[in-house]
Amino acid sequence: MQPVTTVTGIACPLGLANVDTDQIIPARFMVRSRAEGYGRCLFHDLRFDAGGVPNADFALNQPRFTAAPVLVARGNFGSGSSREAAVYALWDFGVRCVIAPSFGDIFASNATKNGLLTATIGEAETEALLDLLSAKGAPEVTVDLAAQSITTGDLRITFAIDPTRRLQLLEGWDDIDLTLRHRAAIDAFKRTLASTRPWAVPTPRSAIG
Amino acid sequence: MNARTLFDKIWDDHVVATRDDGEALLWVDRHFVHEGSHHAFRTLDDRTATVAEPALTFGVADHYVPTLGRPMIVNQDIAGMIDRLSANARKHRFRLFDLADPNQGIVHVVGPELGLTLPGLLIVCGDSHTSTHGAFGAYAFGIGASEVAHVLTTQTLWQRKPKRMRITINGTLGPHVSAKDLALSVIVAVGANGAHGYALEYAGRAIVALSMEGRMTLCNMSIEAGARCAVIAPDEATFAWLRDRTYAPSGPAFETAMAHWRTLATDAGARFERELALDATDIAPMVTWGTSPDDALPINALVPIDARAEKLAYMGLTPGMPLADIAIDRAFIGSCTNGRLDDLRAAAAVLRGRSARVPGLVSPGSSAVKRAAEAEGLDRVFIAAGLTWAASGCSMCVGMNGDLLAPLERCASTTNRNFRGRQGPGSRTHLMSPAMVAAAVVTGRLTDVRTLPPLES
Repeated sequence: MQPVTTVTGIACPLGLANVDTDQIIPARFMVRSRAEGYGRCLFHDLRFDAGGVPNADFALNQPRFTAAPVLVARGNFGSGSSREAAVYALWDFGVRCVIAPSFGDIFASNATKNGLLTATIGEAETEALLDLLSAKGAPEVTVDLAAQSITTGDLRITFAIDPTRRLQLLEGWDDIDLTLRHRAAIDAFKRTLASTRPWAVPTPRSAIG
Repeated sequence: MNARTLFDKIWDDHVVATRDDGEALLWVDRHFVHEGSHHAFRTLDDRTATVAEPALTFGVADHYVPTLGRPMIVNQDIAGMIDRLSANARKHRFRLFDLADPNQGIVHVVGPELGLTLPGLLIVCGDSHTSTHGAFGAYAFGIGASEVAHVLTTQTLWQRKPKRMRITINGTLGPHVSAKDLALSVIVAVGANGAHGYALEYAGRAIVALSMEGRMTLCNMSIEAGARCAVIAPDEATFAWLRDRTYAPSGPAFETAMAHWRTLATDAGARFERELALDATDIAPMVTWGTSPDDALPINALVPIDARAEKLAYMGLTPGMPLADIAIDRAFIGSCTNGRLDDLRAAAAVLRGRSARVPGLVSPGSSAVKRAAEAEGLDRVFIAAGLTWAASGCSMCVGMNGDLLAPLERCASTTNRNFRGRQGPGSRTHLMSPAMVAAAVVTGRLTDVRTLPPLES
């Protein structure tokens, strides 16, 4: 994974609360392989009407925001289903950072594994940022992960992120490679199971193979 | 040693290593995969990695399987998803319960049913409703594709320990009031993200009194309050339910296991960061009116006056209208939330001798549940009422298999999510218990099951 240090660009005021992962990518698109790209599926049923016509009210459809690498949403962004395809859709569309007062637990974890930055800010700060972004042109923001800051014009907001997720993004860690360095500890733990929890290993009865 | 919670004890039993940042590497006892896990297997292919512990890995075909016309699969995309899971199971040599297997079903129904789910285990699956297995006193939670790949490769997962919240529910549930009503009441009390960062423990007399099926329904829905997981202390009901299950320990091993399981309950004086109490006696049958599971109210309430306009517009409701005036087009009974034998019995008890005003689909939570239901004639009750009796799968809960509502269709559903479009683009979902769906089927509108006129005998 490529390290993430800063994300700079236009920020789109999405403004929605409780954006569950079914909104980010409806389930019917998930038979696709990643190679086909998930960008077109992002927010599909919010961005397009039943006939495939773009919904002009949806912020990402406004010309000034279509290329925004930063989204600002209200609380509980990414709740619901564990589908990592929600992160693929955001990434393939070009989103590199989502700013919100809170995130779904599994979504935030999935985001980190794919280099998507989730920046947590307060409710009042979110409202201020949404107001500012909605009001004028297409302001650029800079999200600085090392400094944990969001700046746009004179506004500077400090954001929160789990320290491990921050480090993982800054360093571009590959989780599996890191864990395999603990292989001796894993093997040792596995050997203890026979004495500590011998019943924990499934042993099917002969009737079922 | 300090007084520990049930969750603390399971956590401590699984720590392989700890890191300076406070994260722990945890051993995974059971890993369930399904058709949706294909991204993770692709990661293994890219790394030329293999599954570290095939004996602890179990596959189930559930998300995409057709519920009608099996074993024919008309849609080639869907057939491809199921074939891909079979190919990965063969390649990586783990046990798969595929479409033809008598134990096929929804992963969160099948795992417990086979005794793969046990107290004290750490269980993961690439599905958010993995919290279901916490009903047995297991630490069980959903993960994304990257973490599925991590578990397949290493049989471990890095986790930061969540905070602990205890929800104590005393009192007694009234007639026709079920675990689903309890679950929706908990979500309303906590909020759709109110349990974020917490491991929940349910305790109290109403929890002890719940059947294992009811406990699964409650733990299943805990993710809708944002919780990492939910646990219930294993007790005699848990042990009785698990004894003689196919993959559960047998003979002396079961006794050894049970001795360990009895030590798992939360110690007196153990600390929870948050405590919440509800009284089961106060709980009425619940229905959702909006597009988030915490948009739930007792059936005798009104659509909130101050509801957000976009929710009302999407759901086609007017503020202040009685919930019991909402007419439905369709019904669905099934899912990992409410597709178990107890659930089908509760719905059939209402439908026996009555007819459906609207079409509906009944999809048992597993093929074993389907056989058991047929053995006691429940299928004939549903069919006689006018509903469709189908095969087992995730079906209309997630709509991946093509079981969908038409745009603007309104469904009384025993599932877990009333999100916009969850049951198809433009679909309108009202969540409720199996008995409440059955009552809505009989009258054609949302109905308090307790007020249905008795049948003339």
